[in-house]
Amino acid sequence: MNIHTIATHLNKLADDTETGFNFDCTPINGEIDVLQVEIIDREEIPIFVSISDNQILCIAYLWGEDEIKSELKANMMEAMLEMNIPMPLSSFAKVEDKYVVFGALSINSSLEDIELELVTLSDNSLEVISEMDSYLN
Amino acid sequence: MNIFRKIITAVRGGATEAGEAIVDANSTRIFAQEIRDSEKHITIAKRDLTSVMAKQMQTARELAQLQASIKEHEGYAMQALNQGNEALAIEVAEKIAELESNAADQQQANESFLNSIDRLKELIKKSERKLTEYKRQLTMVKTTESVQKATSAISDNFTASNSKLLNAKDSLERIKQKQAMFDDKLQAAEQLASENSDQSLKNKLQDAGIGAQQNSAQSVLDRLKNK
Repeated sequence: MNIHTIATHLNKLADDTETGFNFDCTPINGEIDVLQVEIIDREEIPIFVSISDNQILCIAYLWGEDEIKSELKANMMEAMLEMNIPMPLSSFAKVEDKYVVFGALSINSSLEDIELELVTLSDNSLEVISEMDSYLN
Repeated sequence: MNIFRKIITAVRGGATEAGEAIVDANSTRIFAQEIRDSEKHITIAKRDLTSVMAKQMQTARELAQLQASIKEHEGYAMQALNQGNEALAIEVAEKIAELESNAADQQQANESFLNSIDRLKELIKKSERKLTEYKRQLTMVKTTESVQKATSAISDNFTASNSKLLNAKDSLERIKQKQAMFDDKLQAAEQLASENSDQSLKNKLQDAGIGAQQNSAQSVLDRLKNK
């Protein structure tokens, strides 16, 4: 599995999608390849896919440290921990100063599994922002 | 080395700059080498185990044969005694003593092989556990590094394209607006479709002369004549 296989699959899905969404994928070059996946009409929250030796990582950035109402930070973190298990397929994490939701898949996942992962991750990220909005500026 | 603590220390300490590795490349290489060495040791231990097990099975078989042979000769000795042939009985007894001594040797070898088997199995399990642990730790290091590299590629890309990630609430608001617009369009389209189907029913009724009819020149003329 590599990001180009995933990009080709998602870009040519069109009406054959099993999840009802359309995708627009752009590879980002760097020391390791990253695929920027945009779900049509949800371009504001893209998902970044990268592949390592044994897993496929899908990450959506939620908010930065500077967007949190500082006096409510501990409450927010507790709410996130409590929501972590109920949230399907995704988990919370922090990368540098950004809070993220991510999903890790086996390198042997099918393209359909990856599509479902991306759509679930996108749904989760929208719901999380919507639910956590009282902690955010 | 405790990788978990190392990663936390490195990330907290700001070793998150591009190009700055959590664990330097050399120790990652040494780590990978240790994993390969462990795998080799396990392979050798498994081969040893197979050969020891084969030897043990052979010894057990020989032991069983010796024991059967001892029983057989005991029978012969009894028969010789019953016949009063003491000399023959002694000869058989000497044979039995020799067989018993062999059996004792085989018994001892068998036990020693069984011990070796237990020890090797335990050793292999221990090495496999250690190997799984090494692999888990290496995965942690590699994943941390890979996420750092991905993050730096993503932020470079944003800088290069002069765009930036929006504030979370603004992003959600925009997506919701698009969703609402899409829903409105869908609703409008459905309404239009149902109006069209109403209209086509009216047309069909009219063609069949049912319901309100359109005014025609003929009906106007008929009305005038009736006045």
